[in-house]
Amino acid sequence: MARFLRPESFSAATEDLLLLPFNFERAGAHQYLVANMVGDFVRLSEEELNRLVDLQVRPGDGLYEKAYAAHLVTGTNQKAQRQLLAARLRSRMSFLQQTTPLHIFVVTLRCEHSCPYCQVSRQSTDRSRFDMNEQTAMSALDIAFASPTARIKIEFQGGEPLLNFPLIRKIVAAAKQRSGKQLDFVIASNLALLDDTVLEFCKENNVLLSTSLDGPADLHNKNRPRPDANSHELAVAGIRRAREILGPDRIGALMTTTEASLDRVDEIIDEYLQLGLDGIFLRPLSPFGFAIKTKQFAKYDAQKWLAFYERGLRRVLEINRQGTPFREFYAALLLTRMLSDRPIGYVDLRSPAGAGLGALVYNYDGSVFASDEGRMLAETGDDAFRLGHVEHDSYNSLILSDKLIGAISSSLTQCAPECSTCVYESHCGADPVYHHATQGDALGIKPLSAFCARQKGIMGLLLDILENSPEDAAILRRWAAA
Amino acid sequence: MTLPLYGTASQSAGFSSDKARSILRLRSVDSAAERHVADFAIARTPDDIRRAIEADWPSILFVSDGSIDLCGTFTGQLVAVPPKYNYLADGDVIGFDHASRKFRTLYRRNSAHNSFLVTERCNNYCLMCSQPPKNVDDRWILSEIRESLPLIDPATRALTFTGGETLSDWEDFTAVLKECRDRLSATAIQVLTNGRAFADSRIVDAWKEIGHPNLMAAIPVYASVDHVHDHVVQAKGAFDETILGILKLKDRGQRVEIRVVLHALTAPIIEDTGRWIARNLPFVDHVALMGLENTGFAIANDTMLWMDPVDYGDGLARAVDHLSAAGVNVSVYNLPKCVLPKSVWPHALQSISDWKNGFVEECDRCDAKTTCSGFFTTGRPRFSRGVRAIISQRDESTALAG
Ligand code: SF4
Ligand code: SF4
Repeated sequence: MARFLRPESFSAATEDLLLLPFNFERAGAHQYLVANMVGDFVRLSEEELNRLVDLQVRPGDGLYEKAYAAHLVTGTNQKAQRQLLAARLRSRMSFLQQTTPLHIFVVTLRCEHSCPYCQVSRQSTDRSRFDMNEQTAMSALDIAFASPTARIKIEFQGGEPLLNFPLIRKIVAAAKQRSGKQLDFVIASNLALLDDTVLEFCKENNVLLSTSLDGPADLHNKNRPRPDANSHELAVAGIRRAREILGPDRIGALMTTTEASLDRVDEIIDEYLQLGLDGIFLRPLSPFGFAIKTKQFAKYDAQKWLAFYERGLRRVLEINRQGTPFREFYAALLLTRMLSDRPIGYVDLRSPAGAGLGALVYNYDGSVFASDEGRMLAETGDDAFRLGHVEHDSYNSLILSDKLIGAISSSLTQCAPECSTCVYESHCGADPVYHHATQGDALGIKPLSAFCARQKGIMGLLLDILENSPEDAAILRRWAAA
Repeated sequence: MTLPLYGTASQSAGFSSDKARSILRLRSVDSAAERHVADFAIARTPDDIRRAIEADWPSILFVSDGSIDLCGTFTGQLVAVPPKYNYLADGDVIGFDHASRKFRTLYRRNSAHNSFLVTERCNNYCLMCSQPPKNVDDRWILSEIRESLPLIDPATRALTFTGGETLSDWEDFTAVLKECRDRLSATAIQVLTNGRAFADSRIVDAWKEIGHPNLMAAIPVYASVDHVHDHVVQAKGAFDETILGILKLKDRGQRVEIRVVLHALTAPIIEDTGRWIARNLPFVDHVALMGLENTGFAIANDTMLWMDPVDYGDGLARAVDHLSAAGVNVSVYNLPKCVLPKSVWPHALQSISDWKNGFVEECDRCDAKTTCSGFFTTGRPRFSRGVRAIISQRDESTALAG
């Protein structure tokens, strides 16, 4: 058929080819992991990578096809791939359009627990001067309502926020009276004080509950001492009661990892499973507040934690293979970023950082922080993330404060040493508060950062499962889909 | 079986010579609907003709094998067509050329598969094109469509515009679509286009301007790599323009379907293509993975293009998985159930237009026949070696016997 042209007629000449930006990392002998501008991964051999960089690729040689489909190479006269990358990047970054969706009210610093790792320095329960007063709360609400986003979440924290329940009631009523924003409410409580009045209130006002559950009773109670050593019992009873009254999806639990947890991840997960929860968030221990003071943080390093995490993730996958849908939420967040372009504004997994732009924290005394961890630092005398005070500041003066702009602009992964060339950059985040706390610098030296080691470790693990274990990969894909 | 949609009238009378062609709408003899000048009573017997004359019909279409002599009892317009056009019925629309007496069925009211050919011109030259492009001035077709639109039942569920490249005369064609917006606002309008025109912002803006509530551009993408797609459509630079066009349409909130025709150049890489679409264009409204219609250029390029569907079923199933996992609405067209992996069955639709759809003998014993696409009857049909009646019970008994 002479009128039809042969495949070669449609090949681009080498001089018409152009490299698109990509990052890469050695992944074993002569093997590289490569990520394009929006974090799609491909594996190339050393020889392939070298040929690609020299543009020694030809249509039909297999490498051209691989590199073209992955947006590593394009034609000088072509536009579609660059437009495609732009559109996808725009979607991935569009969380920036929702500025400061989370507002945390520390309604009291008092607590009836005395946890050794507690991330806030607790104050004994009888000192009412550690409660937020109404005037402070209303000024904080003014600031929250001045944030540009159409929907805000107000989270009540402590201490134990239920020790100042009357103020929670007032804030919810006042927020609902103001118009112009969709509202979500969360109370983060240990549930020890949960009673029918609180539950009734939550039901009426659509308030979510979030609690701490560290695992089996002995572990939980060791982490969370209480005069009657019944913290676990109260939390479990509270979760059951809340599920019953409010519905199964109206209460979530978060765990804190301590050294004692490290060998017991299976038991911890089973505890969550038995309570009928739909997943678990395997969290690292944060280096803030009391955690640093009591040297808890130094007791295990990132590698030990990663081993704990991997064991946990594999246990969760096993549960899924046996037919019970159950998620590990951190993996689900990362997978959503790795496998889709949906905008994920999760505070610790974004760059520009979530400090201030993702959340503001109003302390009981009216001081305003860029993040909850920033508030914990202040408890130990470090005011680096104290942005101002509700009486003297407006939303704009807080967000445009030198401290916040400095922290965010100096920590951008997009242009930071190590991060800007990191193969995982698209899915990672800046954590200026963490790096300030551990290294005295908002950007931090990433090869020394446990945050970085965890990120690389988890994403490497997820990629390994996605590529090599089809059955588990199908489960992970489902987590990213919904 | 294949319905004949083209033909020549055996007889015609009463047509003026100042006009080259007319659009006719058929009405049953005793239709009470308001009469339009284009309306013809459809008669199948001499008795029908008598009743039509009595009912003062000025125009009659007669379906019959003999010629007819009306001996001056009727002086209106008359067209007689052979009996194989007996499928014509109330509400149908045909285009009729006065001098040659050639006609084409343009619209059948009772069909779910009505499509208008807009032009035979195209800036692609696809290896498997079922409607090989011709570089001729056929702008009269668009005027014929314009004339037909007012005659079409506004209750029509779906209408397809096909080509050639439908946007070859984009200004005139978007004007036709605006008429659809005004006259057929409840009809789902699908336009088959290679999408390259939408790389031009003026055209994509004009498209957005149409504002039909249910308008879909159906655009083929054959690969994730430029030269593979360009080779299939025989046009260098087509991939770039097509993808750019899709992006511009979606950027303006327009509905887009991606179509992948499966043959020996596209089917072996269908998993890659599916994964690429899932990753890069998950925001399209529908993806159709389509078996090849062996007609037109596909026959000429048979040795280059034929691939038995049973040999690409696994890759197809994985492509469907990637797309579904990304939340993309995906369908498989034109492929019989028995040649597809079971996981694909829920996506496999009865997509072949009624007038060119058929089954083989084996299908009579098959439990899946009522939900199966069956085969194209057009061109030179090729059958998979995997065609085998699906019989749920017998599966077990043969297994036992074996
Ligand atoms: S923190 Fe580490 S893993 Fe994250 S982008 Fe920076 S270098 Fe990469
Ligand atoms: S035997 Fe015929 S009806 Fe049955 S699945 Fe195959 S093609 Fe369809």
